[in-house]
Amino acid sequence: MTTTIIWTIAIISGLGLLLALTLYLVALRFKVEEDPRIELVEKAMPGANCGGCGFAGCHAFADSAVKAPNLDNHYCPVGGNETMKKVAEILGYEMTEKDPMVAVVRCNGTCSARPRTSEYDGTLSCKVKASLYAGDTGCAYGCLGCGDCVAACKFGAISMDPETGLPVVDEEKCTACGACSKACPKAIIELRKKGPRGMREYVSCVNKDKGPGVKKACASACIGCGICAKTCTHDAIVLENNVAYIDFGKCKLCRECEAMCPTGAIHGVNFPKPIDKDAIKARVQERQKKAREAAAAAAEAAKAVEVAVKPAVDEVKKEESNG
Amino acid sequence: MARRTFSIGGVHPADSKISRGCKLEYLPIPPTVYIALSQHIGAPAKPVVAVGDKVKVGQVLAEPGGFMSAYIHSSVSGTVKSIGPRKDLSGNNQMVVEIAVEGDDWMEDIDRTDTLVTDIPEDPKSIIEKIKLGGVVGLGGATFPTHVKLSPPPGKVCEMLIINGCECEPYLTSDFRTLLEKGEQVVIGTALIKKALGVAKATIAIEDNKLEAIEHIQKVVNDLKSKGPEYSGIEVLSLMKKYPEGGEKQLIDAVMHRQVKSGGLPIDVGAVVDNVCTALAVYEAVQKNKPLIDNSVTVTGECFPKQANLIVRVGTPLNYVIDYLGGVPEEAAKVISGGPMMGKSIANLEAATMKGTGGLLFLTREQTKRMPESNCIRCGKCAEACPMGLEPFLLNRLAKAGDTDALEANAVQDCIMCGCCLYSCPAGIPLLDIISQARGQVMGIMRARAAAAKAAAEAAKASAGSPTAK
Amino acid sequence: MDKILVSPNPHIHSATTTKVLMRDVVIALLPAVIVSVVFYGWKELLVLAVSVLSCLAIEYLITRYCMKKASTIGDWSAAVTGVLLALNLPPTTPWWVVFIGALVAIGVAKMTFGGLGQNIFNPALVGRVFLLISFPTYMTHWEIPQGLFGVDAISGATPLGAIKEGLMQGASVPDLMASHGYTYSQMLFANIGGSAGEACAIAILVGFIYLVARKVIKPWITLSILGTVAAVSCVFWLANPAQFTDPLFNLLTGGLLLGSCFMATDYVTSPMSTKGGIIFGIGIGFITLMIRYFGSYPEGVSFAILIMNSTVPLLNNWFHQKKYGRA
Repeated sequence: MTTTIIWTIAIISGLGLLLALTLYLVALRFKVEEDPRIELVEKAMPGANCGGCGFAGCHAFADSAVKAPNLDNHYCPVGGNETMKKVAEILGYEMTEKDPMVAVVRCNGTCSARPRTSEYDGTLSCKVKASLYAGDTGCAYGCLGCGDCVAACKFGAISMDPETGLPVVDEEKCTACGACSKACPKAIIELRKKGPRGMREYVSCVNKDKGPGVKKACASACIGCGICAKTCTHDAIVLENNVAYIDFGKCKLCRECEAMCPTGAIHGVNFPKPIDKDAIKARVQERQKKAREAAAAAAEAAKAVEVAVKPAVDEVKKEESNG
Repeated sequence: MARRTFSIGGVHPADSKISRGCKLEYLPIPPTVYIALSQHIGAPAKPVVAVGDKVKVGQVLAEPGGFMSAYIHSSVSGTVKSIGPRKDLSGNNQMVVEIAVEGDDWMEDIDRTDTLVTDIPEDPKSIIEKIKLGGVVGLGGATFPTHVKLSPPPGKVCEMLIINGCECEPYLTSDFRTLLEKGEQVVIGTALIKKALGVAKATIAIEDNKLEAIEHIQKVVNDLKSKGPEYSGIEVLSLMKKYPEGGEKQLIDAVMHRQVKSGGLPIDVGAVVDNVCTALAVYEAVQKNKPLIDNSVTVTGECFPKQANLIVRVGTPLNYVIDYLGGVPEEAAKVISGGPMMGKSIANLEAATMKGTGGLLFLTREQTKRMPESNCIRCGKCAEACPMGLEPFLLNRLAKAGDTDALEANAVQDCIMCGCCLYSCPAGIPLLDIISQARGQVMGIMRARAAAAKAAAEAAKASAGSPTAK
Repeated sequence: MDKILVSPNPHIHSATTTKVLMRDVVIALLPAVIVSVVFYGWKELLVLAVSVLSCLAIEYLITRYCMKKASTIGDWSAAVTGVLLALNLPPTTPWWVVFIGALVAIGVAKMTFGGLGQNIFNPALVGRVFLLISFPTYMTHWEIPQGLFGVDAISGATPLGAIKEGLMQGASVPDLMASHGYTYSQMLFANIGGSAGEACAIAILVGFIYLVARKVIKPWITLSILGTVAAVSCVFWLANPAQFTDPLFNLLTGGLLLGSCFMATDYVTSPMSTKGGIIFGIGIGFITLMIRYFGSYPEGVSFAILIMNSTVPLLNNWFHQKKYGRA
């Protein structure tokens, strides 16, 4: 009896020791030599492995950042400037601060504004739906509403609003990794500058069709009328392919375009006060009137100058031809 | 006798060929036609007419926009109203030529009589040239430019021409009616393609649910044998009814017992496959100078009151076709361009027909509504049904995990989108929806890799060549 | 026509759904159920009722209140498990033991993995094996069929059990067969002791033929199990007929037919490919015989199937069907 117990203990302990030794030797033999800074950098990262930086994950980012000569091509949108400061410190590199960004949904074709024209009966996936047809509304550019962006978000920052049928971005949670933007087959979601205290101005539509058809398909679409571009005094709005786009680098958040937009396709968010459209409209119209008058006056003046100068010019010309 | 068919997978949906008794009938010409510039696989055609031009039936509207492209002809006579984007049947914009119809004035060189022309031209090149000028494309569904198919790359030899009369899709009967009513023309077209390819053997393959067609074509082939040596070597083959028999790869397997390698072309195993309607179009283009301006369209469905097999001018608005037969029935929930297995759901009934439009099918909600998805019970019915021998349940799982390497290893790129997996899945899992996405993704990766390899090879060649250049 | 319906192809679906398939399995089990009720009477009816009802109730409660989704009992799979479990128990099993079996089968073996299609092991067999180990007294208390609503049931061992016991005491197989009076016709036409579903080989085979004819299952797994059992036992029997039972005896006794026709062919827990299925069957046949010949349990089909269930993911990974155009 006792010997059995002793033998059992001996065999089990011996086995344990042998296996431990094997493990140790294997670990020694197959040890991967790695720059210790990679681990430090990785620890400083948010660890979401979202791929927003363009690398496969936080480790791949750290590995590449350590090997790179500078941090120009490495930026973690999730951790933002703070994380990048830490990374730069570890590696002894310079870092350039970047403006914080946020995902913006550029479609405001709500269920009420954009009537359904057909019923989709396939897999609930925007990709599948987009490859099948233009969508279940008259707008071939708008949100398909199947929530591929919601599924792509690793931070739970996007949800579908059942009321509007459109995705809503939670600015607190959004890390601007860009996964939703890549997932959207209609390229509706754009990463835009978050703006001072979150204030920003954007065209919430990407419809490239011409005016009348667009209006029929969606009441709140950008019809490409160009009023906003004419209103903007900062040269921030371009009109291309029948749709306006606000350059967030140039926009000064004056909200004039928003007030002037006939369909309400331009959205301003996080402003402390609600927009007073009438006041702004009056201001803009006044300015435009003045500008028109000034232009007319200038034209008049130019004409007058021309009339005054013309004989002299003609004289010169005549002389030239003679000469 | 064992009935011949393809060796892997396949399903047996109900035949439902309720319009099989309806004779081919010419649809009146609509007041306006919208002729798309991209009605074939490959580059869109380039328009050669301008707004305001008067055109005749059969006049060239657009020229091929590249090697893989086709001529587009006017299907009506009238005035070009506009050339611009218009919504196609899926609601996406497509370039079309809009023509307001005035009378029915044909080009003079088109032979509009019913006389059969049985003499086969001597020169294969002239046949292919005429096919190209006639804008003939494959009418089996893929709309592959026929003249390209009939010019095999050097080194590839065709051993057998297969004329596809399977029409394995349920409901569709236009190929069947064409075989019955225009059998002579189809057989002459077959002889023309045979001559163009320089191949000795041709097989007209017909599924055995169309016995009348098999008998009729057999008789026509026997009768035409006396007309010339070109008509010998044409055989009629009866195949067991099974979907997707009319798939190019499955048909080659059924007829020749050969399988096309993954990523390969039929010509690699010595086969060229053309649809019966393509053979008819070839006959008309070569013997009658008539370009491809109309095609036969089955309009059917249990809920549709008036079944028909119509000959429709290319570019006729779908609305016009439907209204001619009494309008969309109240019970219809879905309208499909093509058959119920591979056809495309129509979102926009204002869209116009194209060369490849073969059917308009109306299904009720009960017939077509997808059932709610439930758990996979691992019954393997999808794998059993897949005619390519793939495992859809596995591909579905891999696609959801986004594992493109494993998807490629499990041959997702071989999928022919026949729909057998989704048709047979008892749990109603949308296998094909997911797999076709994954297929597109993997094919994109493969193309990118091939392009990179080619660029690398060229770079290596250039660097290898540079020392001698010095 | 209200709004046009749009979906990717295909636009039609075969009439075969999960519900239809599972209902077919229940229909295929009916001959065995009827025979067992006829031979074992109301006791068997009680076992069946308790088993099916508790399986349905447990699945309903778990889906509704634990998983918080729509109930899945409408797909008939819980009913299949219930019937199979009942057919795998002796007719004398008390109702609460049957309930515990159902709880383990549905609650543990099926729903903890995520419900139908997700489980690794056959639920009914897990339930049965759990009871076999937990309540050996009830589970080995067999009853010899005494005709429809027979008067007093005679308790006794199953043929396999009796022979195992006899062999342990040093007797030889032919003597034991003779002394117990086992005949093959008895085994074919429902007259031997055993769990309810083992009683009548013909009833099981009728159900199997129905399933194959309806294309619910393919026969390969079943045939490979039966073939392996026949071949391997033939070798042993020829080598030593005194020690080892003959092939026919092995085919007809125990739960082999029920197991190979209904349990091993369960979609979820069997390989997808034909090749994989044949290897799966060979494994089951071999393990069954090894347990019967050399193990301490008289019967091994349940264990054999459960053991081979665990190899299914591997078999699915190793064996794929032949692809078009890929040699």
